[in-house]
Amino acid sequence: MVNGGTPSIVVRDLRVVRGGRPVIPGLSLTVPAGQVVGLLGPNGCGKTTLMRSIVGVQKIASGEVEVLGLPAGSPGLRDRVGYVTQAPSVYPDLSVTENLRYFAAVLHTPRRRIDEEVTRVIEMVDLADHATSRVGRLSGGEFSRVSLAAALLGTPQLLILDEPTVGLDPSLRRDLWAIFRRLAGGGVTLLVSSHVMDEASRCDRLLLMREGAMLADDTLPGVLALTGAPDIETAFLILVDRASGRSDREEVRP
Amino acid sequence: MNPRLTFATAARVLRQVRHDPRTIGLLVVVPCVLIGLLAWIFNSLVFDAIGAPLLGVFPFVVMFLLTSVTTLRERQSGTLERLLTMPLGKGDLIAGYALAFGLLATVQAVIATGFAVWVLGLNIAGPAGLLVLVAVVDAVLGSTLGLFVSAFANTEFQAVQFMPAFVLPQFLLCGLLVPRDALPPFLQAVSNVLPLSYAVDAMRTLTTDADATAQVLADVAIVLAFAVAAVALGSGTLRRRTP
Repeated sequence: MVNGGTPSIVVRDLRVVRGGRPVIPGLSLTVPAGQVVGLLGPNGCGKTTLMRSIVGVQKIASGEVEVLGLPAGSPGLRDRVGYVTQAPSVYPDLSVTENLRYFAAVLHTPRRRIDEEVTRVIEMVDLADHATSRVGRLSGGEFSRVSLAAALLGTPQLLILDEPTVGLDPSLRRDLWAIFRRLAGGGVTLLVSSHVMDEASRCDRLLLMREGAMLADDTLPGVLALTGAPDIETAFLILVDRASGRSDREEVRP
Repeated sequence: MNPRLTFATAARVLRQVRHDPRTIGLLVVVPCVLIGLLAWIFNSLVFDAIGAPLLGVFPFVVMFLLTSVTTLRERQSGTLERLLTMPLGKGDLIAGYALAFGLLATVQAVIATGFAVWVLGLNIAGPAGLLVLVAVVDAVLGSTLGLFVSAFANTEFQAVQFMPAFVLPQFLLCGLLVPRDALPPFLQAVSNVLPLSYAVDAMRTLTTDADATAQVLADVAIVLAFAVAAVALGSGTLRRRTP
């Protein structure tokens, strides 16, 4: 399962302070290439801060983040890394197509290929029926899908997706994860964050995060073996308890 | 900086405005209605005296509001953050905005000036072409100041609060209500560092002097310098990395 190539993300002793609080006190991790890596953890644990550090829009107190061999945020990375923010970041007063055409232009897509690119990503997220609708009039799930479509434009080698499946129904979630798997099969690395633990089974590798630190960095079977838990949620709670120093004799309620 | 991205950004901003009929109304119809009201309230002597300065002030106010809210929305909606992770330079974004709002400012100035001169019969001594120029430059000033102040607001509500805080004092001190040299010395000194004062100076000169082009252009140059400074400061507030 371990890919023998250069890791796509290397984080060394990352420290991020926000509002006087060390959201990430000191984190090191490696994300191998060509896998779907799940970043799981409760709200407020620093997932978004970590992702913003990786795409280079987070002010960092100290530490290094290296993405695809370059420092995070380097100009050379900007058309190779796709980023979906937690709150959908597309223009509500433009149509789906107008939004995607603009982002495609920003990605330097050749003019003659813009139409086909935009059609391609619209079909990937199943929004063909709403292509000319004003984004502001779409439902929450459709709005998120436009945001995701924008990140799928071009040929990103790395996709950083911050809670892309929030608010989506199970069949849509299944379809999106099928897309993620297909992209990973083609060599794209995906870092997908979620606070819904049951999406863990769809990832090649899991990063369990809490209060800015990693509790585990392993495959799903690995994490379950490590904790002896029957499911990821129990495993997570066991790891949380271990981290906060509770004794083994206390019961963990799933 | 990339011309294609600049134009794409300008086109996108214009498309956003086009989808919003109320904004178009604010841009084009409201200044005309306000000037029309003034022509109705005041007799033609007073209207001729204040009409031109107001042609400079209304576009300033409208473009300030429009730009500050639009730029703030870009920051708050997350699209700015997304764009800064893509191959878009800060210069492209600012130039794109400048181009789009500059175009809107020109359209607004031409329509408002045309309405004032040909429909309402505004009489000024100087050439009407200069009137349009000063109105455009004033609108651009409003736009660049709006871009700058949007950095200091977190919500659209806070952004519009800059209107009474930032714009109204200039309105009071710019020479519209009281000639600037009749102001108390301290206030006169303050009015000397406010950009709108020079815009109104230019318009007043145009109203009374048939042949003072050089003086008008000097005031226009000062207003443009303020606008350029606002753009420079505004671009300093656009940071790729934020806390």
